[in-house]
Amino acid sequence: MGGKGSLERAVKLRKLKSTFFLSLSFLTALYGLFWLFWILFDVFSKGLPNLSLELFIKDPAPPGEEGGGLRHAFIGHAIVTSLAVLIGVPVGIAAGVFFTEYGRFSKLAEFLRTVTDSLVSLPSIIVGTLVYALLVKPVGHFYGLSGSVALALLMLPVIAVTTAQMLKLVPDSLREAAYALGAYRWQVIKDVSLAAAKRGILTGVILGIARITGETAPLLFTSFNNFFTTFNPLEPMATLTVTIFIYATGPYEEWHAQAWAAALVLTLGTLAFFVLAKTLLRRG
Amino acid sequence: MTKRAMEKKGVKIDVRNLNFYYGSFHALKNITFPVYERKITAIIGPSGCGKTTLLRCFNRMHDLYEGARYEGEAILYPEGINLIGKDVDPILVRMRIGMVFQKPNPFPKSIFENVAYGLKLRGVKDKKVLREKVEKALKDAALWDEVKDRLHENAYALSGGQQQRLCIARAIAPEPEVLLLDEPTSALDPISTAKIEELIEELKKKLTIVIVTHNMQQAARISDFTAFMYMGELVEFGPTEKLFTKPEKKLTEDYITGRFG
Repeated sequence: MGGKGSLERAVKLRKLKSTFFLSLSFLTALYGLFWLFWILFDVFSKGLPNLSLELFIKDPAPPGEEGGGLRHAFIGHAIVTSLAVLIGVPVGIAAGVFFTEYGRFSKLAEFLRTVTDSLVSLPSIIVGTLVYALLVKPVGHFYGLSGSVALALLMLPVIAVTTAQMLKLVPDSLREAAYALGAYRWQVIKDVSLAAAKRGILTGVILGIARITGETAPLLFTSFNNFFTTFNPLEPMATLTVTIFIYATGPYEEWHAQAWAAALVLTLGTLAFFVLAKTLLRRG
Repeated sequence: MTKRAMEKKGVKIDVRNLNFYYGSFHALKNITFPVYERKITAIIGPSGCGKTTLLRCFNRMHDLYEGARYEGEAILYPEGINLIGKDVDPILVRMRIGMVFQKPNPFPKSIFENVAYGLKLRGVKDKKVLREKVEKALKDAALWDEVKDRLHENAYALSGGQQQRLCIARAIAPEPEVLLLDEPTSALDPISTAKIEELIEELKKKLTIVIVTHNMQQAARISDFTAFMYMGELVEFGPTEKLFTKPEKKLTEDYITGRFG
């Protein structure tokens, strides 16, 4: 009878299919990696030769002149990003706590959580124009702090959603243990929920920061640019991303070279943040 | 003496016509029985009969979730307050009535911090007092010798049986008047179970114990009184020996002889 033969044929066919799809998924993964490595290679090969100490410690030279650096953009980037973190992280974590802890049974929290979920993928340029209309137009000029607010609005949903999810992973049995000992809700949240979820929340914060370090669009309408170093967030402020945009599209060779160097620093910085986040998550 | 005053002699919690609802589901129906002071009361019955639901009324655990509603009385003596009353703060009830859960649920903190948590909630700040009380609770929970050299290690490093004894230590550290145990040994091996049973009998000297158990032998071994529940109702309550040897109800007899459940 052909029973055995047909079984063998079926197994063979299945193996063939398996090999085919395995190769296909391997190739698609390779396709993604190919572009990533190309970009990295390009940034490294063009950025590395232009990397110098001057880049970090000198303000820009007048256009067309030799020398000068991007100190103003590094400082501006650090200030705009730090202020964004100061605004976005506490609000984001508080929102996450509300979604999972205080608003567990509330329809409002459920609704807000869904809205926040969809805000995660909001185009950043829309946030930029919103902040422009609310905070820049009424003041009459661009300034660094408005850029921070735009970035904070971008990171907020990421942090809120991650916090809410991480808190959801904390088993109710732990909360009950604390309640059974006579804890009030705020004590349970502080001592048990947040304590148990802290590593996950920290990862969310880092992902949120990584999300905003590479943003350009919202800053074009808000912090804009400045060719001089400033520490005042109420003045227009240069950032690495906006500087790369302006320098890369500018007419000078020197600008292009510095844009490549800045792109390299920014890429390495973002990469470092992601590695840090991964490491923290793995240790938990 | 009035009837009521006489009845309350030796009674720690007097449950009278207690009804409990989850939304529209009537989970506990007209439960009436006394919990005697410094005795072990076991609640037995098949899965889904409401024994854990009843236990969780005593420390108002249901208040944490939507749609829970209590009716009737569970009078806590000596003051005679109705601990399921709407005007009674569940936090104050939980400060006096501790609980140990079915699965060990230590906090992701050190052994010391786990036991100290209930004390800290009650405002104990003095380091020396904390150390003494933690040590005493761990000794009472028969865990001290195993953990005294590693009090600052994470509680998750302990075995399941040790974790459950840690949870008992955590529950008794603030010296509650009543301890609720929700199938405390169902997730443990026989040796750990024996240790915990021994421990429960020891604890009886100091506090009132209510234990929910699936295991009828366990109820027979350690309890003084037994309540048998079936489908949200209390079928029979009495001294354990009597309930297991001469039950009054046919249903109780069928259950304890293993004819159903």
